[in-house]
Amino acid sequence: MRTHFAFHGGVHPPENKKQSTGLAIQIAPVPETLVIPLSQHIGAPAEPVVRVGDRVLKGQIIAEAVGRISVNVHASSSGVVEAIEPRPIPHTSGMEAPCVVIRTDGLDEWIDHKGLDDYRRLKKADLIDYIREHGIAGMGGAGFPTDVKLHLGDDHIVNTLILNAMECEPYITADDMLIRERAEEIVSGIEIMAHLLKPHHIIIGTEDNKPQALRALEKAVRASQLDIDIISVPTVYPSGGEKQLIKLMTGIEVPSGRIPADIGIVCQNVGTAKAIHDAVHHGIPLISRVVTLTGLALQHPHNMEARIGTPFETLLGAAEVIESALYRLVMGGPMMGFTVPHDQIPVIKTTNCILAATIEEMPPAPPANPCIRCGMCEQVCPAELLPQQLHWFAKGKEFEKAKNHNLFDCIECGACSYVCPSNIPLVQYYRFAKAEIRAEEAEQRKADHARKRFEARQERLEREQAEKELRRKQRAEEAAKMQAVKQDKLQRHAEVSETAAEPDAKALKTAAAVARTKLKKAQQALKSAQDKGLEGIEALQATVTELEQKAAAAQAALEQAEKGAQPAAQLDSKQLKTAAAVARTKLKQAEKALQQAQDSGEGDLTELQAKVTELTAKAAQAQTAFEAAESGVAPAAVDIAGLKEAMDSAAVKVEKARQALADSEANGSPAVEKMRAGVEKLEQKYQSAKSDFEVANQQGQSNGVDLEALKADMEQASDKVKKAEAALQTARENGSPAADKMAAGVDKLKGKYEEARQAWLAAGGVEAVAEAKVEVDPKALKQQVSIMRTKLKKAQTAVEAAEAGEGDLDLAASEFERLTALYEDAKQAWDAYEAEQNDKAAAQGIDLKQLKIDAALARAAVTKAERALDKARETQPDDLDGMEEALLAARQKAEQLNQTLSRFTD
Amino acid sequence: MNIILIAILALAGLAVAFGLLLGFAAVKFRVEGNPLVDQIDGLLPQTQCGQCGYPGCRPYAEAIAGGDAINKCPPGGQSTVEALADLLDVEAVPLEAGAEAEPVKMVAYIREDECIGCTKCIQACPVDAILGAAKQMHTVIESECTGCDLCVEPCPVDCIDMLPVQSGLSDWKWELPAPGVQQLIVTDRRGQLQGGAV
Amino acid sequence: MALIRTSSPHLHKASSTGDVMRLVILACMPGLAAMTLFFGWGTLINVCWAILLAVGLEAAIVLIRKRPVSFYLKDYSVVVTALLLGLSLPPYAPWWITLVGILVAVVIAKHLYGGLGQNPFNPAMVAYALLLVSFPVEMTRWTQPFVLLGDADSWNILPFTDTLRVIFTGFEPVWLDNYTGATPLDAMRHRGGMTTEEAWLSKPVLADGIGAWHAVSAAYFMGGIFLIYRKVITYHVPMAMLGALAVIASVFYAFDPYDFADPYFHITVGGTMLGAFFIATDPVTCATSNRGKIWFGIGIGLLIYVIRGWGGYPDAVAFAVLLMNLAAPFIDQYTQPRTYGHAKANRGMKGGQ
Repeated sequence: MRTHFAFHGGVHPPENKKQSTGLAIQIAPVPETLVIPLSQHIGAPAEPVVRVGDRVLKGQIIAEAVGRISVNVHASSSGVVEAIEPRPIPHTSGMEAPCVVIRTDGLDEWIDHKGLDDYRRLKKADLIDYIREHGIAGMGGAGFPTDVKLHLGDDHIVNTLILNAMECEPYITADDMLIRERAEEIVSGIEIMAHLLKPHHIIIGTEDNKPQALRALEKAVRASQLDIDIISVPTVYPSGGEKQLIKLMTGIEVPSGRIPADIGIVCQNVGTAKAIHDAVHHGIPLISRVVTLTGLALQHPHNMEARIGTPFETLLGAAEVIESALYRLVMGGPMMGFTVPHDQIPVIKTTNCILAATIEEMPPAPPANPCIRCGMCEQVCPAELLPQQLHWFAKGKEFEKAKNHNLFDCIECGACSYVCPSNIPLVQYYRFAKAEIRAEEAEQRKADHARKRFEARQERLEREQAEKELRRKQRAEEAAKMQAVKQDKLQRHAEVSETAAEPDAKALKTAAAVARTKLKKAQQALKSAQDKGLEGIEALQATVTELEQKAAAAQAALEQAEKGAQPAAQLDSKQLKTAAAVARTKLKQAEKALQQAQDSGEGDLTELQAKVTELTAKAAQAQTAFEAAESGVAPAAVDIAGLKEAMDSAAVKVEKARQALADSEANGSPAVEKMRAGVEKLEQKYQSAKSDFEVANQQGQSNGVDLEALKADMEQASDKVKKAEAALQTARENGSPAADKMAAGVDKLKGKYEEARQAWLAAGGVEAVAEAKVEVDPKALKQQVSIMRTKLKKAQTAVEAAEAGEGDLDLAASEFERLTALYEDAKQAWDAYEAEQNDKAAAQGIDLKQLKIDAALARAAVTKAERALDKARETQPDDLDGMEEALLAARQKAEQLNQTLSRFTD
Repeated sequence: MNIILIAILALAGLAVAFGLLLGFAAVKFRVEGNPLVDQIDGLLPQTQCGQCGYPGCRPYAEAIAGGDAINKCPPGGQSTVEALADLLDVEAVPLEAGAEAEPVKMVAYIREDECIGCTKCIQACPVDAILGAAKQMHTVIESECTGCDLCVEPCPVDCIDMLPVQSGLSDWKWELPAPGVQQLIVTDRRGQLQGGAV
Repeated sequence: MALIRTSSPHLHKASSTGDVMRLVILACMPGLAAMTLFFGWGTLINVCWAILLAVGLEAAIVLIRKRPVSFYLKDYSVVVTALLLGLSLPPYAPWWITLVGILVAVVIAKHLYGGLGQNPFNPAMVAYALLLVSFPVEMTRWTQPFVLLGDADSWNILPFTDTLRVIFTGFEPVWLDNYTGATPLDAMRHRGGMTTEEAWLSKPVLADGIGAWHAVSAAYFMGGIFLIYRKVITYHVPMAMLGALAVIASVFYAFDPYDFADPYFHITVGGTMLGAFFIATDPVTCATSNRGKIWFGIGIGLLIYVIRGWGGYPDAVAFAVLLMNLAAPFIDQYTQPRTYGHAKANRGMKGGQ
């Protein structure tokens, strides 16, 4: 026997080992179900290779290793795979992790297995692979895959192989009993390890509280050819800690943050040695281990050879647990083991002890007193730390300081907590601090990463911006050139058609706008007053009426001025031509609609027919007017575009007024009568505007114009419109108050564009058919509708919030109305598109609408079925199959319909 | 006269000596850039969410260095405020009203069925954590997402949710033990001192 | 099945703060007995009075701080504080001296800093220093050991009732002066132009009374050894402190034996032993690591000698301990132990402000 060294500190808790050494190791019963976790150690979880329903044999691989730090998992008895699902695993958190659940059949039928004849003949790498395949992982602490440690010989020089037979934790006797009964097998396992690692020196370290085990070992070692030293040291906790063991055996310290192999030392547990022996000589994978069952809550404490995956319940039953006395169930020893919340936890490769303690045995820790820095913790710390300082730092969350005091060298052995007279849960403080530091570091890494990405993005955006700027400049230059050319042309054109001096139309327009704004404000004030039931409503109403009159007057003046300002003598045959063309197109469309309606037998036929007739008349009129103009008869020219604008705005006004009316009717507002009158008035106005427009339209005339200049005009206008629309869109999205104004601007621009286009068309421009027919993007339309709906919803919430007393109700309400209108627009566009598609489909003999409805119904059915199923799952989990089938059928139907539908919509 | 001369000479000598010393120190210990901004930036959570009113974390760091309030970072929570207070040696103030002291870490999640592929969220994301092309479904790269929720507002169909980051076995951690005395105060009041004190 | 979930370890040594403090109290008993034997009932009365006041005051403050009273009283720390203060006070110190002392110790030196475990200074010594500075007359009126009173062979201390009257009623008969006198340190300090040898011969407290002081010191020493044996304290602080004091005293004594007292004298008189084993070792206020404790003890030893030799006060334990309390955090930063697996110990406080 050799001398040994010593490490700092350590404690001597009562050993309590005798209780479980009275009996030899018993074979644990086969449980009904085995729950085998896929991850039983640090490193990657194994990947299951069996499926639910498969029959597996004892020793069969059920999950394969993934990556280097991972080992295979084997079935520990024969049976059928019942599930592969998350189950509670032995972990401090009590959380769940994926497990293979096997319903055993009681046959315990082995898969074919056979050991190696002579492992020395195999190549080292093959032998290590063989060990890895048999799922051998460290059976002491963290369950580190053994093959990784055996590979260490490749890039480290291994001087010393240390076998850990310390078992320093109180209560645990699994290794002790294993050595007593299987010492030869352990030594045989050591021989295999020595073959792989070729160490200069092999030491078995044990404590002097296991004399029987020591004798058995000595006997086995004498029989072995290897020169193995057995060193027995005085019992002190935690001599079984890897670092402490190395210090005890060799006097060398493992440098902080390094592994023992860095100093030429490999440590293995004796249980691991036995497992290697079983695998190499008998082909038995690691499917069972010795577990100590002890604690005062057990009537029959002893050691058992339990299958991996056996629930604690089975073992506790075998040890005759007194359920009522069980207070604390610990996996592992009392110093470093962790509590488990219930007994459905399975045995894993590192389960060396199940400690079922009563409340008297392990009472709850009394409330902690303040730390008095007595320094007892420091005297016992095997890592030579300053536990009390670490405690202060952890408590004050001064993690930097804690790190600087070598917090991460703490092995969490619990010696400090054990001796603390103030009963402070020191280890928990360190665990907390370590976890926080790790989380903080991870967060810091993430933040740095995010910063880098952010900076990269900024750079990219800047670059793009610069490129855009460059392109814009180039375009601007080109445009300037073009502008110069056009200016030239325009000037010439202007000289020809110089109009009479415009009366003060602008001023009138401003006045009208001002009047309108005032009116609006007054109306709003009135409305809010009405809502709130304030006094002085009459006065307000009077003001509103007055303002209405004023606004009407201003508008009238403006309209007159505009009419009067129109160049009287202009011949506008192109417009007439366009009008004629438009009328023709409309006629055609109407005819088509009629045709379809007749075919499908839907819609109001008479109305459509009437429309067609009307349009026919109009088209004829337009044609005649045009022809008349062509032939030189020039009636008084009218600004058709202006008229159209007036008509449109009138239409909008009517619409708005109608809505307001409907609202107030719904609200039972007292101003309904007045509003109704207003609506009527507006309608009249609209009618007159319409007739004006139509008359003008019919009287339009055309004239020969420079075709090219007109086209340029048109394109420019189109560009402007597009830009303006985009701007408007953004404005609306931002809820900018200027959106309304912009909308008006866009309308104007559109008008201009329309004018330009018509001018060009009239002048003989040929528009591509594809262009003429406005391309409708169904998806875009649908999105538009969707977007609008969302916005509307948002606005609604805003209104509700406002009603609840947060924020400005009026503002929210007006925003809501605006959005409603937008939504209506989008919806209409979509509906129109849909109608068109409908028609198309109708032509093919399929009623798209019906199809759509069917599809929607099918979808709804699916949803319903899903809900029902969910509910059923909660309430009566038995009868699910039927429902699942129904759901499947519904899904199929919906899918079919969707496909049919998509043929038409896309 | 002589005394005055000596005094003047002595003072002049000292002045020269210290001047040299200071000059040497200025050269030797010169600091490049503005490390304060870097340090502040290092403490900010880098969500780039803009909730502070600045376009990103660095601009806010610069603003803090310039004297702005340190409590405008809701994602960082109270701990960031305290870290900044430590760094700048100023009073730690509570976060601006309405912010949680310990914000839950969030991650954006796109309900992919509802995504219309508008790319608005991609444009909004400060760290390029959203993947997708126009009219294609988008998805969030969870590991890159800082949880700034800048993508939620632009989404026209409201298909982005902010979900708390899922915690699993790998990031489970022990809590800070409850101070013994406070535990005791609670039980004391109920008149059932458990386990007995000492 | 609902089982409890806690962090390991699941075993605890059956000891508590109260146990530790009770051991300290027990270790003080020989000293208290010796004081009573040689200097009369005064010390015993002072100690009881101080403990009474301290426990009451502690309870009141804990109540004000809305903490559970019984929980805090059971740690016995305030009893230890009161005991140490009571042992340090002159036996005939009037009752209000003790009252002021306890007020300062418990309220200012302990609870204003956050209670047990949070105070940077030893509460008993803060109180003692304050009393010494504020009431020098009362605090330096020490008692003669009984051997100097009348018949040297009889135990003629002041009767118990008279002591009570002296302490609590301000009763000061003329004969009281017979019972009071200077301490050996006082005598040595105010010896006029005498050499140490002449002082030893001429001053009765040195010539005949010194045995009483030696006996008291021996009693404290015994208590201290008991504490080390029971692992309540480690040997580092007392050894370093006594060693440093002995070494520096030896140096000066060797250099000039006529002007400087011998090291044995320094170690065995005054509060040296009480300070070395009971006051300097107060874990809350002393340095943490073993190496730190050594430096802490050395500092106290040297300061005691310096203040005794050249300072304004005859004894210096309180001031030396307080000064080193002040230095303890600094010592802690530079005396961290070398952790397992590290080539050398960390120095200084990185990661802090």
